[in-house]
Amino acid sequence: MTNGVALRCSQGAFQLDCAFGFGDTPCVTALFGSSGAGKSTIIHAIAGLLRPQSGRIVLGGETLFDSERGIFVSARDRRIGVVFQDVRLFPHLHVRGNLLYGWRRSATRNSAAAFDAVVALLGLAALLERRPQTLSGGERSRVALGRALLMNPRALLLDEPLAALDAPRKAEILPYLERLVHETKIPMLYVSHALDEVARLADRMVVLDGGKVLAEGSLFDVTARLDLFTGAHPIPGAILEAVVARHDSAHGLTELALGGESLVVPSIARAPGSKVRVRIDADDVMLALERPVAVSANNILSATIAAIRADGANADVQLSLGEARLIARITSRSLERLALRPGMAVFALIKSVTVGGREPG
Amino acid sequence: MEGILTAAEWEALGLSLRVALVAVLADLPFAFAAGLLLARCRFPGKPLVDGLVHLPLVLPPVALGYLLLVSFGTRAPLGAFLLNTFGMRFVFSWTGAALASAILTFPFQVRAIRLSLEAETPGLAEAAETLGAGFWDRLVSLHLPLAAPGILAGAVTAFAACLGEFGAIITFVSNIPGETRTIPLAIYTAIQTPGGEQAAARLAALSIVLALAGLILADWVSRRMRAFVGQ
Repeated sequence: MTNGVALRCSQGAFQLDCAFGFGDTPCVTALFGSSGAGKSTIIHAIAGLLRPQSGRIVLGGETLFDSERGIFVSARDRRIGVVFQDVRLFPHLHVRGNLLYGWRRSATRNSAAAFDAVVALLGLAALLERRPQTLSGGERSRVALGRALLMNPRALLLDEPLAALDAPRKAEILPYLERLVHETKIPMLYVSHALDEVARLADRMVVLDGGKVLAEGSLFDVTARLDLFTGAHPIPGAILEAVVARHDSAHGLTELALGGESLVVPSIARAPGSKVRVRIDADDVMLALERPVAVSANNILSATIAAIRADGANADVQLSLGEARLIARITSRSLERLALRPGMAVFALIKSVTVGGREPG
Repeated sequence: MEGILTAAEWEALGLSLRVALVAVLADLPFAFAAGLLLARCRFPGKPLVDGLVHLPLVLPPVALGYLLLVSFGTRAPLGAFLLNTFGMRFVFSWTGAALASAILTFPFQVRAIRLSLEAETPGLAEAAETLGAGFWDRLVSLHLPLAAPGILAGAVTAFAACLGEFGAIITFVSNIPGETRTIPLAIYTAIQTPGGEQAAARLAALSIVLALAGLILADWVSRRMRAFVGQ
């Protein structure tokens, strides 16, 4: 295990017993699960604020906790940046003082240029002399991110950093998070129970439930599974990686290559050949047995049914397009009417595609 | 100014202020440690420690003065040791008055410090720890500044309370003009002296002014400091 955790601890009736990796190259791992799944306990254990009964924590090749070998590096010495859900800025210090708190205590002293770079990255220049209590929720989150970044951490733990924000504030901070992920090469663990955030930021995904790991793998594989996201967390749709094929400037469109098929989206400013992340909501995919003619939808892709999961009135159909996988949500009635079965060739009519989020590395 | 108070009364006022200042400053580190212990730690026997800290609030000051006299008297083991080793003598000295005042007003400081430590936003210490701050570092960079309003308010309240100490001082260090005769003792002496009613009234009025000023100052300082540390 180069980078990963294996933890066992019990707190009253709650039992946590989980193991997962952080990925070997620096990447963003999403820790996904509903409240009570054990996400916060894991964050506290990795940060060193809680000592599990047993297990191991290895980050960047360094063992931070190993119950068998009696290793427990204190939170103070772990060099793990934490952005807490409740932000936890120091009220008696200005923004600058908050940013410099970890920076001054870091053994590997950052340069003044590094400070300026983080301030620029997170747009904090105008806030430096202000007190935390005079900041908006989004500004506070950015300061907390900057404070964790400036301690020069070996890893960043983000504990639902957007959960306390309303939708406009979220929209304000997400681009900063994306830049952060893109421009720093720090492994990150991103805790969330919102799939849309995960879809934009993460490379890998760990799904937790009741203190156990349900699934672990690449974002594309995990989000394409039909068995994980039900009930409170319905499937948002598949997240896919496509390649920019060419631009159709006359119509303001860009053509993407996806599993041997082409996907037309509103024009994006990326050079042909570059990879982009696209999200196709399950509700935006319709199925047809024959290639429809004379329809307004631009995107009609031929695919094969890989799996079907019927759940009451709805049915989720997993389609494969070469390597890529797509999910369509149709009614159970349509499922019966079309007599869909795994292995059948179908045509997927895609009404809309969301392009963007984290650029694949 | 000379006309308002007599020389002896000025002396009593100066002595009162000196005794109170020394008592408050000597208490401060112990009060902070006790406040921190009570606010942050769970340990067996905590109710007993809590009780001991608050004991001076309910103990008759005369009883404390007596206890101090029997422990710090020059013939008592502790008193003899301090006198022979460090040349320190509390009994019949203004430092003894400061010691008695410090013990009696200790609870005021501990309570104020404890309350402000307990009011600290939870989780800040954890955040500081992940940012690389150890225990003493957190104490100085986080807990101390955040508790500053409580520390100052407690100190001012204790200072005002010190100015009123009577029973413990007169029992422990007696009523020596220029050495242990603080304002309350001077009032007592004036009442006991035939024709001293006017002096007693002057000193009583002075006491009221001092006490009131102390309480108003405590409130003002506390509000200013709270705004400063943002809590």
